[in-house]
Amino acid sequence: MSKTGPIRHARKALLWLGVIFIMLSILMGVGIMTNNASFAPKLALDLEGGTQMILAPQVSGGAPATQEQLDQAVQIIRDRVDGSGVSEAEITTQSGKNVVVSMPGVPDAKTRELIKASANMEFRAVIEADQRVTAVPEDQRTPAKDLPKPTAKPENGSDPNWVDAKLQKEFEAFDCVAEIGKGASVVHDPTKPMVACEPSTATTYILGPVEVPGTDIKDASSGPERNSQGAPTGGWSVNLEFTGPGQAAFRTVTERITPLAPPRNQFAILLDGTVISAPRSQAIIADGRASITGGFTEASAKDLAEQLKYGALPISFTIQSEQQISATLGTDQLRMGLISGIIGLVLVAIYSFFQYRLLGLVTMASLIVAGVLTYQAIILLGWAQNYRLSLAGIAGIIVAIGLTADSFIVYFERVRDELREGRALISAVETGWKRAKRTIIASKAVNLLAAFVLYMVAVGNVKGFAFTLGLTAIADLVVVFLFTHPMLQILAQTKFFGQGHRLSGLDPSLLGAVPLYRGAGQIRRFNQEAPEARGKKNTAAAAEAERRQTIAERRQAAAKTGSTGNADTKESDRG
Amino acid sequence: MANLATWGNELYTGKRSYPFIGKRKIWFLIAGILVLASIILPIAKGGFNLGIEFRGGSEFTISGVAHQDIAPGEQAVSQIAPDSHPSVTNIAANTMRIQTDKLSDEQTVQVAQALADAYGVNKSEVTSTFIGPSWGADVSRQALWGLVVFVVLVTLLMAAYFRTWKMSIAAIIGLFAVVVITIGIYSLSNFEVTPSTIIGFLTILSYSLYDTVVVFDKIRENTHHVFEQKKRTFAELVNLAINQTLVRSINTSVVAVLPVGSILFIGTFMLGAGTLQDLSLALFVGIIVGTLCTVFVQAPLYAAMRMNEPAIRKHDAQVLEQREVSA
Repeated sequence: MSKTGPIRHARKALLWLGVIFIMLSILMGVGIMTNNASFAPKLALDLEGGTQMILAPQVSGGAPATQEQLDQAVQIIRDRVDGSGVSEAEITTQSGKNVVVSMPGVPDAKTRELIKASANMEFRAVIEADQRVTAVPEDQRTPAKDLPKPTAKPENGSDPNWVDAKLQKEFEAFDCVAEIGKGASVVHDPTKPMVACEPSTATTYILGPVEVPGTDIKDASSGPERNSQGAPTGGWSVNLEFTGPGQAAFRTVTERITPLAPPRNQFAILLDGTVISAPRSQAIIADGRASITGGFTEASAKDLAEQLKYGALPISFTIQSEQQISATLGTDQLRMGLISGIIGLVLVAIYSFFQYRLLGLVTMASLIVAGVLTYQAIILLGWAQNYRLSLAGIAGIIVAIGLTADSFIVYFERVRDELREGRALISAVETGWKRAKRTIIASKAVNLLAAFVLYMVAVGNVKGFAFTLGLTAIADLVVVFLFTHPMLQILAQTKFFGQGHRLSGLDPSLLGAVPLYRGAGQIRRFNQEAPEARGKKNTAAAAEAERRQTIAERRQAAAKTGSTGNADTKESDRG
Repeated sequence: MANLATWGNELYTGKRSYPFIGKRKIWFLIAGILVLASIILPIAKGGFNLGIEFRGGSEFTISGVAHQDIAPGEQAVSQIAPDSHPSVTNIAANTMRIQTDKLSDEQTVQVAQALADAYGVNKSEVTSTFIGPSWGADVSRQALWGLVVFVVLVTLLMAAYFRTWKMSIAAIIGLFAVVVITIGIYSLSNFEVTPSTIIGFLTILSYSLYDTVVVFDKIRENTHHVFEQKKRTFAELVNLAINQTLVRSINTSVVAVLPVGSILFIGTFMLGAGTLQDLSLALFVGIIVGTLCTVFVQAPLYAAMRMNEPAIRKHDAQVLEQREVSA
């Protein structure tokens, strides 16, 4: 290959690396400018302090929870946790069977109850409705003398006699905004009326006692709305199906409320004490198949149907594992983790210099580039995906130092092999790379596969470990292709490396190249070449080595010169 | 470097050669004994030292303690939960860990307060963990799943890359030896088995195979044109490949072990038990065993599997015949 070929290639590769680096930096800059990202990686709960709970679903009847049920449960728990004022909670499903709730700080008993409680869905009849989301101002509230006084015992769920002075006061003082999310923590007596609001329509209601519990819902689905002739109207409807007892109860309700004046012809569907829908009853539903229509979009109909279908399912959770990690402990572990990382890096550096002399500099520079790329990726993923670095993740990065250096060693050893074959450095770098490339890709594929499998099956913060292992494996591939190899191509052109300076790590004579072997004399030869640079101890050691090796080498040299020569050896090695 | 480089040269040219293939029966025997011992040892010891993730229970960690006496901790727990079998350990400077049987929520709060009083720290320095026994079982089951999925995928990957099933099979058999021996050594250390340990073992799979792929790649290269030369037998070519990659094997495993060793050392002597320690011990042992197994078990196994192929037997006979003629 001509002298300009590798150099041009090297420049191109380095340019690409530069482009990647600049693009990541710009992205980071944008993130930081918009205050959504920061220079420090986001830390996971184990390093920042917080609580992680792993919840096992308990479905009534003992059936395993489906992924859909779990997703719905996650949504419900997220609403509850966010509603109770804890921010930054992460709620995810885990391996399709558990729900993991992670939140900073320590949850109080109430929050814990909130998370464990099963979703509570119920149907209640509407007694009064008022289109507002905040409390009625004090001065506009009904004066004490005008507060309703029930004249008789209420007869059914829609009877205005349920509304007494206390309930009316509560109704007027009800602040929908403040109450959202608290629903699940407040137990509402199913036999008593209650005040609740529907956030989507900004309406506050007085509702009668529970008429149909959510467990009586058999199924719910959404679909295009059809008129009495069965032609689509263009709207969307939610279709409900009740079980046997639900069927009867629902029939009773619709029979009673359909002729009533608004708003008492409405029934409210509550999830965790919040009204998710309050449809008007337009017909008596005797067969247990109800259809809710009016103002739905495809998405909102689907949402409601899912809420009805899964929200009604009485999934409760048991806390399978609850871990509280204080930040104090986390900081300590973080510091020690970083210290061991630095020590590991220094040890790798020392060993690289020992083994590869100034090529060790290339190793270090490559590791630094890999580190920078990994850092940028972590920051960006933290911004985009809320990726947080856990202690296990940091352990993954430290382990990756060694794995990253591995691919350089595979490469360097290949180049050395080529030098041993008697090639000049420039071509040794090229052929060595061609062969090392395959090996590096194949072995990194194994690493990536492992990281991927680990990530998919891993639990808890071990995911972080797998994630960083995978991330660093990719960074390693980028670096070895776009930095290490081009650097070696460029260095091969320099006098220092190209002529195989003794400290370059690529000294052909030291590697036994040209000629491959000349018997015992050879060692003496390169010892004598630069005796001044070697310490007294080294000289002594070399002399000792020489004395020891001479006999064995002479014998072997004698044997070799007889039948097999260097040319033969080479031929077969080249295979 | 001079001596190691010279040594590397001699290994490369074949001037100096270690009989990895020739003595394979000895290596297999040693590996077999180690595997057997690794299975018997944990059984003889009465199982592993399982972490509370597997047993179930409550764990408290107290940071910044005024003193490191064990008695006050035991006393504090016993006052509130008399039958909870507390085990108090000083896991790091200024850090105590108390493990108990499972406590109720109320007891947990009370014990945390009692421990804070006993060790003269603020209550915020006491952290509590409750882990159900099924948690560890879940982790193990997941890990086992991961193992199966990974082994299947990696077998396919290697078979596709090397274009021979025998390399995949040799690699996977060796892999099991690596994992079993590592588990045996881990059991010997009496470290706790935690979910981190399990994950450490899974990571070993990755490293061990990574190392195997590098050596097998050289074997593939050396034996690619095995029938086009009459100088060396198949086994000799494989042996040469192992020798030629020996320096690389040593260098990569040293480089991989250094950072892990640094975590292990710092984890053990400055932090005490925890994620870092469990993970790094499994990795530390696994990397070393993995490298040794590649050289002594996996590569010789591959050679042994192929040596009886008729074509290779025929070729070997030709090579030996020619060698006799020229001698």
